[in-house]
Order: sequence, then C-alpha cells, then structure tokens
Amino acid sequence: MWKWLHPYAKPQRSYELASTLLPWFAVSSIIMLVIGLVWGLVFAPVDYQQGESYRIIFIHVPAATLAMSTYMAMATAAFVGMVWQLKLADAAAAAIAPVGAVLTAVALITGSAWGKPMWGTWWIWDARLTTELILLFIYIGIIALHNSFEDKVLAGRAAGILTLVGVINIPIIKYSVEWWNTLHQGATISKFDKPSMPSEMLIPLLINMLGFALMIGALTLIRFRNEVIDRNSMRPWVKKLVEQENQ
Amino acid sequence: MTHSISYWQTFSNVLSRDLKVAVRNKGDVLNPLVFFIIVITLFPLAIGSDSQILTRIAPGIIWVAALLSALLSLERLFKNDYADGSLEQMLLSPQPLFIMVLAKVLAHWILTGVPIILIAPLLAVLLHLEEMAYSALIITLLLGTPVLSLIGAIGVALTVGIKKGGVLLSLLVLPLYIPVLIFATGAIEAAALGMPYAGHLAIIAALLVGALTLTPFAIGAALRVSTN
Repeated sequence: MWKWLHPYAKPQRSYELASTLLPWFAVSSIIMLVIGLVWGLVFAPVDYQQGESYRIIFIHVPAATLAMSTYMAMATAAFVGMVWQLKLADAAAAAIAPVGAVLTAVALITGSAWGKPMWGTWWIWDARLTTELILLFIYIGIIALHNSFEDKVLAGRAAGILTLVGVINIPIIKYSVEWWNTLHQGATISKFDKPSMPSEMLIPLLINMLGFALMIGALTLIRFRNEVIDRNSMRPWVKKLVEQENQ
Repeated sequence: MTHSISYWQTFSNVLSRDLKVAVRNKGDVLNPLVFFIIVITLFPLAIGSDSQILTRIAPGIIWVAALLSALLSLERLFKNDYADGSLEQMLLSPQPLFIMVLAKVLAHWILTGVPIILIAPLLAVLLHLEEMAYSALIITLLLGTPVLSLIGAIGVALTVGIKKGGVLLSLLVLPLYIPVLIFATGAIEAAALGMPYAGHLAIIAALLVGALTLTPFAIGAALRVSTN
C-alpha cells in the first residue's frame, strides 16, 4: 500500500489527483443534490404532524450528521500529518476546516429555523444543539489558530495539535452536555425520536446525505488544490501551471 | 557531562524556579485573584441583591469567574520564558519535557488555583451559597482547577509565539473547559439540594487524571511548534 501511496506525497502528483477527482465529485454531488432536494422539497409527502415545515429536514439532517464526520476527516488528516510528517496532510486538514465550520453553521441555522414552528422558539438548550454550537466554536478556534501563524507549515502543525486535542474532547463535551441537559431540564420535547420514516421521505433524505458528502468532498478538493498551490508557489511546476492558465 | 540529575530533581528545580519568579513579581499572582473577586462582585450588582436568586446562581458565577481568572493568568505560564529564551533552553535540555511541563503547570496551579480555592468560601458567603454546598464547592475547585491549568497550558503553548495571542487563547481554551464547568456546577447544585454528588466528583477526578497523563504530551508538542 505504501508503494502505491508514496508518489502522492509529492505536491504535484496530489494536485493532479485532486484535479482529476474534482469533476467527478462536483458533477455527482450536483446531480444527487438536485434529485434529493427536488424530491424532498416538492414531491415527498407532507408530514401529518409537522406539516410542510418538516421539509427542512432534507437540509438540516445531512448538514448536522456530516458536521461531526467532517471533523473526524480533518482529525484523521491532522493525525497523519503529525505521525508521518506529511505536509500535504496538514494542507488537507486546513482545507477541510472551513467547510466543516460552514456545515456546522448551516446545521445550527436550519435547526433553529425548524425549531421556531415546532417548539415555538428559535433556540432551546437542547443537548444536540448545544453540542453543535460548541463544535462550531472549536472549528472557529482551529481556523483562527491556523490563520494567526505566518508560516504555513507551523500553522498546519499547531492546528493539527488542536484538532487532535479536540478529538479527545468532543466526545467528553458531547456526553457532559447530554448529562447536563437531563440534569437541568428533564425530559422535554428535546428528543425528537426518529419515527420510523416512510420510505418516500427516507430515500430523498439519504440521497441528500450522499449529495452533501460529495459536495463536501468537492469543496475540500478545491480548497486543497488552493492550499497546495499556495504552499508551493515558488516551485517550477506551479509557475508552469500559471503560464498555461494565462495562455 | 557525566553526571545527570534525576527526574525528581528536574521537577523540583523547575517548580521552585517558577515559584521564586512569581514571588518576585507579586502582581502576576495577585491580579488574577483580584479579577476573580471583582467579577464575582459584579454579578449581584448586575442581577440584583435578591438572596434567593443569588443562592440559585452562586455555583455558576463562582465557577465562571474561576474559568475567566484562570484564563487571564495562563499567559504568564510560558510567555516570559519564551521572551527571554529560557523556554528554548528547557526544550534543548536532555531532561524529559513531560516532567518540566508538569512542574510548570503545577507551579501555575499553586499560584493561581490555590488562592482561588482559599478565597472561594468567602465569596460564597457573599453570594449566599447554600450551606450544604460548601464542601462540594471546595472539592470541585480542588479537582477542577488543575484541569483548567493543564488544558489551558495547551492553549498557551500553541499561542505563545503569536504576538496578539490573548483573545485567540480564550477562543481555543474556553470550549475545552465546558465539561469541567458542567460537572463542577452540577455537583455543587446537587449538594445544595442535599443529593449525593460523588458521581460528579468521580467524573471531574477522571478528567483530572486524563488531563494529567495526556496534556503534557500535547503541551510539549505545541511548545516545539511554537519555538520553531
């Protein structure tokens, strides 16, 4: 496996790989999202309890579920960067962070937009909402730390350490918030148990989930390419690339 | 160099050096404490002097103030050593960084955590904390403030090389403080209601043990990045 992976430690090769993968991710995510969103927002049956407003689930749930997974992806990249000292892995982690932060923000905003008609309030200190909010803070902290270093290599390493500290902390935070929630509030509406969903709703939801995942992949690839170019701007292959663009 | 010093000597040397430096700059020790007291004084002024409300929110106020004052005092943990180059010497020395980091964090806790623990009961009186909750307050502070120092040290180690690291530090560290805050205030509230709170304490103790074993590695790695 290492022999197969080895050439991609070279910035140029992984840039080229990212460029070949990007259209596949981009096109398939657009197709998936169009199918999923049109199906979900227009054709899926109306929920008998929540009416039309439940339809925000088709954006909220993929964003919320994938926000955490995106963090894990970033942490994996940071771990690889730390253990094997691959600078490209740090670049990948740096590329993922803002995507994850925006996803978390989308989950929070759609969540509170959903909460208004359902719970009658924009915000409740529900365990999931609170965890998501803290996750957003951690994302912002990582991005801020990354931006405050002049040297990109140092920035990547520092942000990597913080990311890995976050990986240990996020489960602790998640469970402590859940426990805090039960301590303070008791069982309120907060738990919206997934009623076994009819398949006309579930299938578009799953399609959307896949579409979101592919979109995250595409956005990360775009950002990763930029990071690679930014870090190697003095290399001859980048100069050649720029010349080609300008012709 | 044939003779080397033992781990214990390393530890006590770093510890006593840090304590000595702090004793000669008394402001560094006193200011966070005064800050802690002032923040707690602000709450009754802002919320009103109704003793029932104060009793209800006293655990939260004391702990949030403790978090903020810990945050305020964190910078001095590595900043001066970084500025005068002694941090670099420590990283270069053959002694394990783990031990030196632990000694520095312990010194920080003695200088900022212990004074808070000592003065907290007095402030609890001002906030009309439930009498049953005093022991819980002290024990949670005893177990919790070292965790604050340990986790905070990661943040300082990451930001020590950055010019305007202060605000960034709070952004990095405060989210990580949340579990301690939740369980500490939970324990005090349970104690105020006369309920058992050993479970909360056990979790804070677990956080302390976990932080004690894991954070020095993160702090060391972060220091290596910062001094590069």
